Amino acid sequence: MKILVCISNVPDTTSKINFTEDDTKFDTNGVQFVINPNDEFGLTRAMWFKEKQGATIHVVSVGEVSVEPTLRKALAIGADEAIRINTIPTDGLFVAQQLAEVVKNGQYDLIIAGRESIDYNGGMVPGILATLLDINFINTCIGLEIEGDAVTAIREIDGGKETLATTLPLVVGGQKGLVEESELRIPNMRGIMMARKKVLNVVEPTDSIRGTEDAKFEKPAPKGAVKLVDSDKIEELIDLLHNEAKVI
Amino acid sequence: MSTETMNKEILRGGQFLVKETQCEDVFTLEDLSEEQRMMRESTKEFADRELWAHWERFEKKDYAYTEECMRKAGELGLLSVAVPEKYEGLGMGFVSTMLVCDYISGVTGSFSTAFGAHTGIGTMPITLYGTEEQKQKYVPKLASGEWFGAYCLTEPGAGSDANSGKTKAVLSDDGKYYNITGQKMWISNAGFCNLFIVFARIEDDKYITGFIVENDPKNGITLGDEEKKLGIHSSSTRQVFFNDTEVPIENMLSERGNGFKIAMNALNIGRIKLAAACLDAQRRVLTEAVKYANERMQFRTPIINFGAIKAKIANMATNAYAGESASYRAAKNIEDRIALREADGNSHQDAELKGVEEYAIECSILKVAVSEHLQETTDEGLQIFGGMGFSADTPMESAWRDARISRIYEGTNEINRMLAVGMLVKKAMKGHVDLLGPATAVGEELMGIPSFETPDFSELLSEEKDLITRLKKVFLMVAGSAVQKFGPELEKHQQLMLAAADILIEIYMAESSVLRTEKNARRSGEESQKTQIAMSKLYLYNAVETIIKKGKEAIISFAEGDEQRMMLMGLKRFTKYTNYPNVTALRTQIADAVAEQNEYTFD
Ligand SMILES: Cc1cc2nc3c(=O)[nH]c(=O)nc-3n(C[C@H](O)[C@H](O)[C@H](O)COP(=O)(O)OP(=O)(O)OC[C@H]3O[C@@H](n4cnc5c(N)ncnc54)[C@H](O)[C@@H]3O)c2cc1C
Repeated sequence: MKILVCISNVPDTTSKINFTEDDTKFDTNGVQFVINPNDEFGLTRAMWFKEKQGATIHVVSVGEVSVEPTLRKALAIGADEAIRINTIPTDGLFVAQQLAEVVKNGQYDLIIAGRESIDYNGGMVPGILATLLDINFINTCIGLEIEGDAVTAIREIDGGKETLATTLPLVVGGQKGLVEESELRIPNMRGIMMARKKVLNVVEPTDSIRGTEDAKFEKPAPKGAVKLVDSDKIEELIDLLHNEAKVI
Repeated sequence: MSTETMNKEILRGGQFLVKETQCEDVFTLEDLSEEQRMMRESTKEFADRELWAHWERFEKKDYAYTEECMRKAGELGLLSVAVPEKYEGLGMGFVSTMLVCDYISGVTGSFSTAFGAHTGIGTMPITLYGTEEQKQKYVPKLASGEWFGAYCLTEPGAGSDANSGKTKAVLSDDGKYYNITGQKMWISNAGFCNLFIVFARIEDDKYITGFIVENDPKNGITLGDEEKKLGIHSSSTRQVFFNDTEVPIENMLSERGNGFKIAMNALNIGRIKLAAACLDAQRRVLTEAVKYANERMQFRTPIINFGAIKAKIANMATNAYAGESASYRAAKNIEDRIALREADGNSHQDAELKGVEEYAIECSILKVAVSEHLQETTDEGLQIFGGMGFSADTPMESAWRDARISRIYEGTNEINRMLAVGMLVKKAMKGHVDLLGPATAVGEELMGIPSFETPDFSELLSEEKDLITRLKKVFLMVAGSAVQKFGPELEKHQQLMLAAADILIEIYMAESSVLRTEKNARRSGEESQKTQIAMSKLYLYNAVETIIKKGKEAIISFAEGDEQRMMLMGLKRFTKYTNYPNVTALRTQIADAVAEQNEYTFD
């Protein structure tokens, strides 16, 4: 089985978010980038298929050279080869078109992407990708077993779970549940050293449509100062809630 | 790069004192390669997931948990970073091994001690001095964590005076074994190790001899109970008794009588690694402290808004920054020196040995400075937590207790202070470092008329660099005259040696911090280094104050009359600021930056 894990390079959740160029661009200054958590769950499940069923894993990311450390981390965790599509990822349609090209050339049986990336939370890539490839698609996937071509997948649905049967080739939108957090792998020292020797192919992007464009970002208004009211001044509190906060 | 040019560029041990180092020539944490960053990330993740998440277990004398974590560290390859590839290690450079040691050690002294005792003094004597057979037999097992090592030097009657041990090694009648008998004390990892490095005396040899002894209870080896200790509660520390323990002669380490040298060289590496091991603990304690200070409300405001708290946060950050700067600077010097010796055709083993030995002075300086910074940081961290700091429910209390051991083991800080100055003087006597030339020049400068021109200090950190050059003169003046006066007897004037050591230490730490900042300001712009500039200035200011105090004390102790007056005048001249930094403002600036980050992170 040949697996492609699509990886997006996202800011660490603790990053301070700022924008530049008139609030049209995310300010990457001082931001630490990591493997998108939903993709990491997918990669870890792929490692299971590699170790138990002899699967081959390729990882792919759409991005400029700055995404390479994240790809090399995926190689250090155990992916066999990495591909970088050399362009700035914009919207979901654009990224999915780029990925589709790689899938067509690489003849993958299973394509795992994250349900959504935690930076812009578009959540469109796996769906559009499956549509472009015209193959099966399971989103919000929290369990995945494969025997030959037969796939049993569990999907998270509102308040419950749904078990589905399908066949390869397949696109999966993965998330926590594919594996648990405690199963995520820390790249070991030897893996890190080996990553240097593994193939990282850089491919040029194909012509495709950029459907949307970022016009402006806005941060939520900062929290105002907290007003403390002495516990024996209930009147004052009620007054403030009525007239200042206007919540009652 | 030709050997000759490399030779020129790499500062020799102790030479920082007489040579000006350019900022491009120091290695900083900001210079880590992508691969090293990844190694650091993995190490941090391991520490967060396996150690930090369970720190309470380490307070409950859970020795088995320490051992379990050591095995997990082995699985991730964290025990084999320094081991050559030939013996199934990763053969990484010295900086990488420091990095792992640094970031794995911050959570608890228990694990940090177990890790250090195993990978350092438990493994290194074999990789550095073992025969090919010994290395093939033991090192792969130690590197993978299948086996653990311990190091038996200390005895009830032989602590700092490590060569005075009474443990005996007697050759058997058939000449095949040494029978070892004796009592070893304070042996880290004793409770779960598979192998001991044991030092014992053969006949009435002047120096002890090292042996590799497999842990086999049937071979006359018994263990004392776990020691009841102030801190590092889950680090196994026991006495080890050898009673006619048979050790095959092929398990002797290096040659007969070479044990003391092995012990000392293993400790050189141990010392710089111990400095590294005291770094991440400072980062973590400071991060916890600043988070707490940002949240804890008193008098209707977060306590971070109080100047008293800001001063503490600023000092803690400044010390951590200086410690990082100096530790990685020295680590890279060692790595380069090893590479240079290898390029000259020496074996890796020999190159590593000599490479570290070269910087024994810096290793001692770092051991003292960084262990004392950690002690101050845990103390102030605890203070910031107030009553909660005194509670065993927060990690401050255990951090404070755990920090204490670092001033005692791997040579007490008194011993290391004396060693640093003693080794420097010896190097000078042997002509390896020219101290006397510069010392004489300083003497002549004192006789001359000082320049009254106001120097141009407009360039970034230029006054600081000028001041550091002058601080070096203080050391040369004090140590130079003391050597002239006392010759080899200097060692007996311990208070003077200690004062000189403090001057030396502060110079190295302050210079390393200034050079790191200068290097980063040049490549990333001054704006990006605002806080680092403030920290470098604050560290230097504190260093100058220490040097004035210690310098004065030293001068008065041995010089009289005109000589004393002249040296005191020199001290004043060499420690003078043209523009005093406003340290109160610096501290506020640093504390505000750390508070805004809500953590300590500067690389
Ligand atoms: C938790 C723990 C773990 C340890 N692990 C190990 C281990 O794994 N293997 C091992 O071999 N040892 C180990 N040790 C021993 C440790 O290295 C010694 O305790 C240390 O070297 C000091 O020796 P000592 O305790 O005998 O103190 P002493 O040497 O008796 O020193 C007492 C005091 O006198 C001072 N002093 C001694 N000599 C001089 C001098 N010449 N000039 C000035 N001052 C002096 C010291 O600085 C100290 O303040 C461990 C100790 C502890 C507490």
